Amino acid sequence: MSKTLVVYLMAMPDTPALVEAAVEAGADMIELGFPFSDPLADGPVIRRAGERALAAGMRTRRCLEVLAATRERVDVPLIPMTYASIFDAYGWERLAADARAAGATSLIVPDLPADAHPELTRIHLAAPTSSDERLKLAADTTDGWLYLVTVTGTTGARAELSPTLAPLAARARAFTDRPLYAGFGISTPDHARAAAELVDGVVVGSAAVAAAEQGTKQLATLVASLKSVL
Amino acid sequence: MTQFGEYGGRYVPETLIPALDELSAAWRQLQDDPSFRDELDALLASYAGRPTPLTLAARFAPEKRVYLKREDLLHTGAHKLNNALGQAVVAQRLGKWRIVAETGAGQHGVATATVCARFGLECVVYMGSEDMRRQAPNVARMQLLGAEVVPVEFGTRTLKEATSEAIRDWIANVETTYYLIGSCVGPAPYPELVRELQRVIGREARAQMLDAEGRLPEAVVACVGGGSNAIGAFYDFIPDDAVRLVGVEAAGAASLGAGRAGVLHGARSSLLADEDGQILDAHSISAGLDYPGVGPEHAYLRDTGRAQYVTATDEDALAAFHRLCETEGIVPALESSHALARALDVDAELVLVCLSGRGDKDLAEVLGT
Repeated sequence: MSKTLVVYLMAMPDTPALVEAAVEAGADMIELGFPFSDPLADGPVIRRAGERALAAGMRTRRCLEVLAATRERVDVPLIPMTYASIFDAYGWERLAADARAAGATSLIVPDLPADAHPELTRIHLAAPTSSDERLKLAADTTDGWLYLVTVTGTTGARAELSPTLAPLAARARAFTDRPLYAGFGISTPDHARAAAELVDGVVVGSAAVAAAEQGTKQLATLVASLKSVL
Repeated sequence: MTQFGEYGGRYVPETLIPALDELSAAWRQLQDDPSFRDELDALLASYAGRPTPLTLAARFAPEKRVYLKREDLLHTGAHKLNNALGQAVVAQRLGKWRIVAETGAGQHGVATATVCARFGLECVVYMGSEDMRRQAPNVARMQLLGAEVVPVEFGTRTLKEATSEAIRDWIANVETTYYLIGSCVGPAPYPELVRELQRVIGREARAQMLDAEGRLPEAVVACVGGGSNAIGAFYDFIPDDAVRLVGVEAAGAASLGAGRAGVLHGARSSLLADEDGQILDAHSISAGLDYPGVGPEHAYLRDTGRAQYVTATDEDALAAFHRLCETEGIVPALESSHALARALDVDAELVLVCLSGRGDKDLAEVLGT
């Protein structure tokens, strides 16, 4: 069975068309970034994309409109990813409800550890530094799949797949039967192939954002090349 | 998890949670460890120059009795060293040899570079490229002390971005690195840790005031950027209901006076943010107050009414700066000058002001204005 490919894109006015191209090229799920002014978990590529999105007026309500417009074009899971400050300002439950109404399948909040705001159903992240206890908590309470952070670090391309993924994936398997998808630092088909030997899917963020900035065709080419090895 | 009412918390990536747990546990242990207290007290006395004196500013405020708590006389010229020394000892006990820090005006960076030189620790300081330009002497000072100063080229290129970059460095190097945060901000346990290390200001001043006047001050006044000198000055007076606690923010960076609840740099607090939760830019002549956030405990003290927070404009601060120079022969930091400005008109006769730092670093700014 082929592994799952999750593609991250920053919410912009032209995102619905980009998502459609990514899905046609083989993306199985889409993470949709809602930009935040101070994104602690993000490396330079996604940070700059966020700055551009904010400059283009992509505030929360506008992002929800883009989410709804995207949902009209594709049937795959759509997962908004944004920071705690955005939820705090909009209202935690209200943003979750409005995102769902606009077509979101789940949520990811990278600066909200699994034990904070447990009432907010979302996909949890586990890191190489997570204790077994925290890994189990994240696996037990995550919404569907568990997001394994391959590196101790922020998002962005790396030269090689992190050696910390294998032990993290092994520990997670011991606690859960849920699907494990790995992200952070996965940018090439080689990375994706190597990660797919350890987990059930991969998340590609910065590389997809960089390709999307080049255009729909470049994004589709990247997605197809990643999917072909999964 | 440490919370101050609805403020505080740990809004950080999962990667950092184990390091914060480790720090919390170590800190709980060290607080009950006499050898830690003894080591720190000895350093504060023999290296930093504690206790700092209390000075009556009779010519500065002839209508009142205004006392200055002289943190400007501390080694490196500001209260920041209280925190940097304490956290450096904590880092060593955790076995961390690499220190990262953020700095705005450069005072916390200098304090951190100083303690790293003192203890032989590797030191990396993140500083906005705009602040590096404005505060070139402090950049040179940090480099002289052996620190690597890394320019931050994102966003406003000031303290907010420098803090984010320091935290990102910590995320990437968490196994070897200790994040030596400069104010009572950030994820738990940092706000509490920094408060406990700065409490020495208020503890000394309370006893000194009782010695000098035989009674407690009617008001304690301190400037608030992130708020570490203020929380340190206020904390031991909190049980003294008759003592008013007055925090003074820069008018263009009034996170408490003009802010709203939000999340920045790992904590929920009162922030300069828009209705969508995007963080706004602060504006102050004083680089140390030029920060859109504030320690979560100050937001709590504001909401409970135990402390009140007022503002001073750049002009107010400059006028107080000149007045203290000319009447007392003391050159205050522009940050502290905000507290001095409001100490003059606070409705109290016996006033304690935290003079958090000296103003040598601000001469170019003041003389150029």
